[in-house]
Amino acid sequence: MLHIKCPHCGMRSQNEFSYGGDATVKRPELGEEISDHDWDNFVYNRKSLRGRHWELWQHLSGCRQWIKVERDTATHEIFKTLKANEDIS
Amino acid sequence: MTQSFRLETGGLINRDKTISFKFNGKNYFGYEGDTLASALIANGVHLIGRSFKYHRPRGFFGAGVDEPYAIVQLYRNGETEPNIKATEQELFEGLEAKSVNCWPSVNFDVGAINNFLKIFLPAGFYYKTFMWPKSFWYKIYEPFIRKAAGLGTASIKHDKERYEHKYEYCDLLITGSGPSGLASAYSAAKNGAKVILAEDKSRFGGTLLTSDVNIGNQSGKEWADSIVSELKEMSNVTIKNRSQVFGYYDHNMLVMSERISDHLPKTKKYHPKQRLWYIRAKEVLISSGSIERPIVFGNNDTPGVMLSSAAKEYMKVYGVLVGKKPLVFTNNDSGYETAIEFKKNGVDPIILDTRKEPQSEIIEEAKNMNIDIKNSYVVVAAQGYKKVKSADIAKISDDKEELGSVENIKCDCICVSGFWTPTIHLASQSGNKTKFNEEIDAFVPGTSKQNEKTLGAANGIYTLEETLKDSFEKGNQLSKEITNNDNKVSFPNVVEKKSTVHDKFWCVPLPKGKNYKRFLDFQNDVAVSDIEIALKEGYRSIEHVKRYTTLGMATDQGKTSNLNGLQLVSKIENKVVPAVGHTTFRPPYSPVSIGAIVGREVGKHSKPTRKSPMHSWHEKNNAVFVDAGVWLRPRYYKRGDENLFEASKREAKNVRTNVGVCDVTTLGKIDIKGPDAAELLNRVYTNAWLKLPVGKARYGVMLREDGIVMDDGTTTRISENHYHMTTTTAQAANVLSHLEYYLQLVWPELNVNVVSTTEQWAGAAIAGPKSREVLKKLFPNSDVTNEGLPFMGYMEGDLFGVKAKIFRISFSGELAYEVNVESDYGYFMWEKIIEAGEEFGIQPYGTEALSTLRIEMGHVAGSELDGRTIPYDNSLEGLISKKKDFIGKRSLSRKAFAAEDRQKIVGVVPLDKKTSIPEGSHLVKDSNAPLPNPKLGYISASCWSVEHDNPFSLAILKDGKNMIGEKLFVMSPLKNKVIPVEIVSSHYVDPKGERVRS
Ligand SMILES: [Zn+2]
Repeated sequence: MLHIKCPHCGMRSQNEFSYGGDATVKRPELGEEISDHDWDNFVYNRKSLRGRHWELWQHLSGCRQWIKVERDTATHEIFKTLKANEDIS
Repeated sequence: MTQSFRLETGGLINRDKTISFKFNGKNYFGYEGDTLASALIANGVHLIGRSFKYHRPRGFFGAGVDEPYAIVQLYRNGETEPNIKATEQELFEGLEAKSVNCWPSVNFDVGAINNFLKIFLPAGFYYKTFMWPKSFWYKIYEPFIRKAAGLGTASIKHDKERYEHKYEYCDLLITGSGPSGLASAYSAAKNGAKVILAEDKSRFGGTLLTSDVNIGNQSGKEWADSIVSELKEMSNVTIKNRSQVFGYYDHNMLVMSERISDHLPKTKKYHPKQRLWYIRAKEVLISSGSIERPIVFGNNDTPGVMLSSAAKEYMKVYGVLVGKKPLVFTNNDSGYETAIEFKKNGVDPIILDTRKEPQSEIIEEAKNMNIDIKNSYVVVAAQGYKKVKSADIAKISDDKEELGSVENIKCDCICVSGFWTPTIHLASQSGNKTKFNEEIDAFVPGTSKQNEKTLGAANGIYTLEETLKDSFEKGNQLSKEITNNDNKVSFPNVVEKKSTVHDKFWCVPLPKGKNYKRFLDFQNDVAVSDIEIALKEGYRSIEHVKRYTTLGMATDQGKTSNLNGLQLVSKIENKVVPAVGHTTFRPPYSPVSIGAIVGREVGKHSKPTRKSPMHSWHEKNNAVFVDAGVWLRPRYYKRGDENLFEASKREAKNVRTNVGVCDVTTLGKIDIKGPDAAELLNRVYTNAWLKLPVGKARYGVMLREDGIVMDDGTTTRISENHYHMTTTTAQAANVLSHLEYYLQLVWPELNVNVVSTTEQWAGAAIAGPKSREVLKKLFPNSDVTNEGLPFMGYMEGDLFGVKAKIFRISFSGELAYEVNVESDYGYFMWEKIIEAGEEFGIQPYGTEALSTLRIEMGHVAGSELDGRTIPYDNSLEGLISKKKDFIGKRSLSRKAFAAEDRQKIVGVVPLDKKTSIPEGSHLVKDSNAPLPNPKLGYISASCWSVEHDNPFSLAILKDGKNMIGEKLFVMSPLKNKVIPVEIVSSHYVDPKGERVRS
């Protein structure tokens, strides 16, 4: 079980969180003209990366904040966690 | 009965307390402190079971967790448990155990015929033989294999025992209380670190209990005892015996099973049987020691052949002799320690040492005791069927290839020592890259991936002095980094006998003309010849060889067999062992009971139960409940002899003709506040929300980004910047997360707060043509006329002093209201409604009637919003705004979603107006078409229409728009039904929606 540092609450066990997918995906602006191809990429297509990956988690059974977590998908090492409003550097 | 193999004195058992037990129906006695194994051996019982594949006789091989043979079926306090190691099971009064793998009895076993047919049971036998013909597998082969090859029988009764889970955090977790565990725990504890020390056995001390050493002028055991009692006094130390750390998971999470009551005749009141600990440790020190490995020779699985260290442990800990004419077969000095212990207890052993001229302190001592030592000698084969009777021995050449002439000597046990294998399971599980240590001919931990270090014998350090030094230092150093204390522990004077190098000899060649089985894996019956066949057949990767031959795949996970297997593969392949590599170690290190893993989450505790504040009223009024997620909801209220069908029909009918009341507390409720609340709703829902006036409710549908309907519900504008959203019972939690996602990550500029208020409000739906009359009585001071509170209107009211929210919304399709009060007043509200409604014939209705009402009205619910449908499919396209963008809108213009013949919701009525239509059935054009019959759609929900008094269903049907009036067939292969039906509108009652506005 992973041990995730919530930027608001501190170190917490994985079972307090829920996974929320790739944190680098940006939703197209509302009303934006967008091709089928680009929309499909946003909705469906995700890379299944091996290695460092920025992902979203929600501290569901804690502060309920969505956070960004940089994790190695192969080793589970967590390098950094950020608040929702902090930019991935 | 006398214990003929019990020594007069000695051991750590309590001879004042006799314990009676039963094995295979026979009564025996042992002492307090015995294991089932030590007590059986003391009684001269060596035949304990039959082997897995060949059903060869099985005795004892080890004295602890490494035991591959002595697995029994245990009976305790009216319960039975399979897969218990006799070497681990502590003796208790009234214990009963039985052999496994044998039928009809351990002495006469029918399956042993496999042994004589073993030429037919080589590696991969199951794969090769039972594959053909295919149809035989389920009926003949599998049941036969399962019956013949079990390790006991699991009870099918409910387990009455309690198992607990515990979460713990510590600075240092130390696994094993041998010299390295005690030393490191002691120095870490002195620095004030929070330490957990776990010992698998009942006694602390590990090898200190059996080795002839001296630490600080005390015996090993005395030193261990003094350290343990000091640790027990320290508040920062948790020290646990009977506790096996069996799994090392990510981020230094380890799992330990503590056997609290397994050693007692029955579990004490309020005590659990076992407790599972989830331990998050800053640092882990693995001090799990090492396991002696066998030397491979002919018939080396005969009862009486066992590890030399086990023989020593039986003498020193239990005061038990494993034999009276022992042969010690060794390639290193450890065998000598066992021989010396035999000699001290008045038994004359013979040592066969594979080495030519070894010299060391220990060997010197053995010589001085006049122990018979034969150098360059090996055991060629054990003789005897159910017990060792003699051994064929021979001299072996210096290159270890040639055997001299074979002679036979009498013996009743063969104690084998092929040197020591570090227990690296936990380190390997943690992701440590293990490396091969040439010197000890075994793998040791290498580069750590997590915060883990391995100490002492588990790290390939086999001298006590070095182990203690290293362990004191590591314990001090790691704790110092955590606590910033540096309390050095003075290092005690250590006296131990020096030993010399071992001989890298592990397998005795077969003598000419003999074809003895030489076993590598004792639990799974894998012999040298099986590995040879696998390699001949082209298996190369050690992982493949393992699966093909089942080497190391038994419940002992190859603790005694893996390395010898590797040695063999590397020898045949002409590779060095590290090039072959070892197979992956996986948790659990040793079997864990399912009960411990499940813990308290059984039966009604497997999930929380949520009840509405009106629950006790429902109970008192004969409600029959149904699970709705974790909620318990009344399904119907039983009157007299009514069944579900009759009761729900009565309740639904009463709503259509009079008035009914339904507990709707379970609906999800989300409070939404902030100046941008309307903007959020406008982006989340498919319809327009910016112009909803205060005091009005609106129905809305929300989509996922892929255009699929996520949820529906009504949201009411309570005041300028305050909205009350309702969700379906099932989606409440998901919708909240969904809103939080968009507010926190996508549109943080929106100034809105959302919070769940599901549990803060109790809700009652009052539905039916007479509902307004009830409402008038409940709120005499409010104007609830059609003008004062129109359809989709909202007002606050005073319910006899209780503040209430009144929504005029309807799920049943009738004139209806939903009243919410704070949860604490829910029961009060409900009673008042029943009281006020009495003169109008009010009846409570449950979820079954609720479903009937919504189905015949064509209102969609979970069975239509099933994660596969878009708004169009549910005839909700009228709710899609053309003017604005919203979540998922772009997806709706995708080709498949805009197809002309897309599926759509329709109504289905059987032509005979009698036959009920099973939910989940398929709709087809021709019931006699050849299979697979093309499916046009499926029945999503069925009911008995109380309005029309005939069955009615909703279906999602291809090209549903153009299918109204068509005649199709409903097919349910599951219920074996074919029903001719007519497709009608999904709005079977009041299609114009006049009633809700009346
Ligand atoms: Zn948090």
